[in-house]
Amino acid sequence: MNGSRQSAGPSSTDEFIKGLWRENPVFVQVLGMCPVLAVTNSAVNALSMGLATTFVMVLSNTLVSALRNFIPKEVRIATYILIIATFVTVVDYLIQAVSLEIHRALGAFISLIVVNCLILGRAEAFASRNGVARSFLDGLGMGVGFTFALLCLGGVREIFGSGSLFGVALFPDGFQPWVVMILPSGGFFTLGVLLLLFNRLRTRQKELLAPVEGRAT
Amino acid sequence: MNQDTLGTIFLNASLVNNFVLAYFLGICPFLGVSGKLETATRMGGAVCFVMLVSSMCAFAINKFLTAINAPYLQLISFIVVIASTVQLVEMFIKKVSPSLFRQLGIFLPLITTNCAILGLALFQTNKGYNFTQSIVYALGAGVGFTLALVLMAGIREKLELATVPQMVQGTAITLMIAGILSLSFMGFAGLGA
Repeated sequence: MNGSRQSAGPSSTDEFIKGLWRENPVFVQVLGMCPVLAVTNSAVNALSMGLATTFVMVLSNTLVSALRNFIPKEVRIATYILIIATFVTVVDYLIQAVSLEIHRALGAFISLIVVNCLILGRAEAFASRNGVARSFLDGLGMGVGFTFALLCLGGVREIFGSGSLFGVALFPDGFQPWVVMILPSGGFFTLGVLLLLFNRLRTRQKELLAPVEGRAT
Repeated sequence: MNQDTLGTIFLNASLVNNFVLAYFLGICPFLGVSGKLETATRMGGAVCFVMLVSSMCAFAINKFLTAINAPYLQLISFIVVIASTVQLVEMFIKKVSPSLFRQLGIFLPLITTNCAILGLALFQTNKGYNFTQSIVYALGAGVGFTLALVLMAGIREKLELATVPQMVQGTAITLMIAGILSLSFMGFAGLGA
């Protein structure tokens, strides 16, 4: 952990930005797929799930980072999971208090934030090696990137599956919703297509950057 | 108390509401370990076992927590039980078959964060299953998970011989196949309640 402080390293804004695009948890790292697919049948559900996950991730990243020198190496994973589970319980009761409707729509998937590999992954790969402020920003960036991906998926699925976005109807009455988009298989298809587009974008970006990098080295 | 018969519970958990293809639980190992048929089968076995043990423990814990009136501890105690069961399985596999241990690699400890297992514990509590029902439910879920994993691995082994456009390679094509699999599993919808 001293290494990162001594070396110039990426700036704090970079810790935040990287989660949004370059290391986007869903599109690039393909982590935390279960909630991504399960609760994105409408944009509202996707947004609330994204926010809940961000909340847990920011808090657990901060706490793990603050305690990183006290946690014995052998039991670190168990400790991380306990920390995460505590915050998830908080979020569960919080959502129940704010909106019972959303709580019902998300169902067991709020509790299942505990086993979102993304959160544990960030705790292990980042928060346990970096300072509190950096871990906070990293958690926030990853959370926002995660929410962004969920929104992309939820938006697409709601537009085609129910012909609306955030509950506002988009098409004239004659529109026949593609029911398959709300069903589980629609989630797989949509995410597959989004990943495909993302792959395409990234390869093109690399092709454009390749000659420049070649000259630099 | 839930009155579903054991047969219905088993069918429901394994086919109709398949954990992977209908509930989206356990997608990470589903995408990660489904490259080879053999590894997939063994992974399925390991997950089945963890599911059975943690389902039994979850049942007992839930009884206890209801008795002392502390439902907010449910999530935390479930995850601790699952983590220890996984640790047990890991030690067992390492001792019995080191080669399998290497093949499963990081995905073995990651069974802890397999949402299918925690999901199972939560669902059986929500549905109010009794002890036998819980065990059958866990068995069904395990079989369903293994089935999905094995089907996927079989398709992906064949896929290696096909020419896939570069753009779609990797996770994208896997997800699309999963979509088709999920679509065909919807055909079982008439079977259960």
